[in-house]
Amino acid sequence: MKKFATLLGVALMAGTALGAVKAYAGDELTITSWGGAYQESQRKAFFEPYIAAGNKITEAEYNGEIAKIRAMVEANAVTWDVVDVDTQTILAGCAEGTFETLDWGKLGLDRSQFIGADITDCAVPNILYSTVAAYDTTKTQAPAGLFEALFDTAKYPGKRALQKSPFVNLEWALMADGVAPADVYKVLGTPEGVDRAFKKLDTIKKDVVWWESGSQGPQLLADGQVVFATSWNGRFYNAIKTDKKPFAIIWDYQAPDYDWWAIPKGTPKMDAAYRFITFASQPKPMAEQTKYISYGPANKAAAPEIDPAILPDLPSAPDNLKTVFYPDPQFWGDKGDELRERFNAWLAQ
Amino acid sequence: MSTAQALPHDGVMRAADGTPLKVALARAERRERLKALGLVVPLFAFIVLSFVVPILVMLYNAVYDPDVSENMPLTVQSLKAWDGKELPPEEVFAAFVTDMKAAQQNKQVALIGKRLNYEISGIRSKVIATGRKVGALTEGPYKDAVIGIDKVWGDVDTWATIKRSSSSYTPFYVLSMLDLRQSADGSVEQVPADRAIYKSILVRTLGISLLVTLMTLLLGYPVAYLLATSPMKTASILMMFVLLPFWTSLLMRTTAWMVLMQDGGVFTQMLHYTGLTFLMNMLGVIDGQPELFKTRFATIVAMTHIQLPFTLLPIYSVMKTISPNYMRAAKSLGGTPFYCFLRVYMPQTLPGVAAGCLLTFILCLGYYITPALVGGPTDQMISGFIERAINSENNWGKASALGVILLIATLILYYVYNKLVGIDRMKLG
Repeated sequence: MKKFATLLGVALMAGTALGAVKAYAGDELTITSWGGAYQESQRKAFFEPYIAAGNKITEAEYNGEIAKIRAMVEANAVTWDVVDVDTQTILAGCAEGTFETLDWGKLGLDRSQFIGADITDCAVPNILYSTVAAYDTTKTQAPAGLFEALFDTAKYPGKRALQKSPFVNLEWALMADGVAPADVYKVLGTPEGVDRAFKKLDTIKKDVVWWESGSQGPQLLADGQVVFATSWNGRFYNAIKTDKKPFAIIWDYQAPDYDWWAIPKGTPKMDAAYRFITFASQPKPMAEQTKYISYGPANKAAAPEIDPAILPDLPSAPDNLKTVFYPDPQFWGDKGDELRERFNAWLAQ
Repeated sequence: MSTAQALPHDGVMRAADGTPLKVALARAERRERLKALGLVVPLFAFIVLSFVVPILVMLYNAVYDPDVSENMPLTVQSLKAWDGKELPPEEVFAAFVTDMKAAQQNKQVALIGKRLNYEISGIRSKVIATGRKVGALTEGPYKDAVIGIDKVWGDVDTWATIKRSSSSYTPFYVLSMLDLRQSADGSVEQVPADRAIYKSILVRTLGISLLVTLMTLLLGYPVAYLLATSPMKTASILMMFVLLPFWTSLLMRTTAWMVLMQDGGVFTQMLHYTGLTFLMNMLGVIDGQPELFKTRFATIVAMTHIQLPFTLLPIYSVMKTISPNYMRAAKSLGGTPFYCFLRVYMPQTLPGVAAGCLLTFILCLGYYITPALVGGPTDQMISGFIERAINSENNWGKASALGVILLIATLILYYVYNKLVGIDRMKLG
């Protein structure tokens, strides 16, 4: 009897091992996202259930650098199979062949159900996020608006944490300098407009701490290193809800944008990548993600299942949309490289 | 017995097997040499693969530039005959349309745009837009139609730039790392002020390295003297204080400085409680709390701390070899301690000082992580920009050119140093 049990045990173990090998072979997907609280929410809502279903995932993190993906594709050594990208990256990358064109039929998804899905053929939208500023309510009084918070250093002395990127910062600088929101891209499209934006940023250059990964903004604020910090709204939400930080988000002139699932061109694991994107675009896991982070799912079918408690914290909540600035991803897809280069030169001067 | 056989009538000495002794000896020596060479081969191969080849590739990448010539073959060909004075003729535009259509199909338009944008700021988006629209042009004349898509194609400079980048090799990257560029007529000129950053970065890199070297020398020299002249027991304890940080990872020590230097951190609090903050405010040195983190000051302090053992240890080992008798003799001849130190002791330590300083200086030139973590945007050194060119700009030409500039600057300094100090006089111990 004991012998039989041992035999059974060995057989079971061998079976498990076989199963594991099967899951490993060719299916080990590398999924790259933005780290921090956002990737944590994706881990809970998508990665863990997907792994539980018998798949194998390796996670990687980046800070949205399109150059890293370009380098992989150009070198024909793609090691990231699925990447979470923002809109300007997918537009620039789709135009230059950095990402695969997706077949919605193969994905088995209804394109009309996805908000913003028509913008590009290379990706499936997954969430709506927003770039916002926040402050510590125990240390700083509620500012009159975003531009006072970021640019009025006389009234709010101290450092500000801004993203080390020209995206949204240049637009905010122009609006703070008196450009009407509707005219921002008309102005920013001219060399004089770019000069004007940098001139405005010059006024706070010595008061800025530049962050590169999304978790740094809330961290700098929590450490008291800055009076105002920008980040993506979900990061502040996470600091407020999970870490119980006394932060308040400034929704004034929030800059909403989409995040997308995309496949870098030439991945050897195309089918597995498709399967993951299909899985992560289902209403149920997408609604599940809202339990952990305050980003709106791009799949309309997920709307009825969203936890009602989170609705006021989403960028799309009516209270948060009183003043809003929609960045133009096409502008950034076309001009992003130039402006980033100029921005980096400006930083180094 | 064998001697009788080995000395035949011709008088040539022979080995046991009858070959002349000279030949046999040479053969044996060659075997030994090959054996010795065999021992060196792994190291030699390692150096070639890990050092010589990458440097050659870097030098090559700094001038290699195939983006335009590969993706616009017809345009480049037809531009050869163009004199560059007025807009190119219709054939060029026709070739351009064919090239752009092909490039659009192969999704190479962005690559062309990226390359041209290095020289004509803002053209990237226009090239991409042209690529999107050029498919609609099915028959000539193309000239006005192309200019109709974007008037940048009606600019002689645009075509001069394409013609200039039509060779697979370009001085562009190396020039631009010196804040220079080729103008439309091919002459070399300064780049506009908002893009001219690289000369100042080179000067900054050299400046920070020099300052750190001086600081380590000022701090390290007395410590080395103390170590070399203390009794064995004290010296070995003191040595631990030098070596322990030396054995700790650079990244960890840099992170420690981040914690110490951040606003409201240990340093700021120390300055506050000792009243130094108050004093500095009184004197008008600072206004409010001192800012240390993300400054040049923090960069220099952290780098000095990390480099200190590199300067100190060669000086120490040279000092160890200096006999105390020289100083005794000098003193017995009536020299004051200071005079004796200056004229007798110090000159003997110079080979160690030279070795330590050169080591620290050259290591400093390549610093990347420390300035990135404790320095601000204006404290970044050349390596930081090489990293950015590769990781966030995907511009290998620029990264290589920066590397070349750094290599040349280092070689020039090494040459000057050799002339002044003499490498053969340098001693590591």
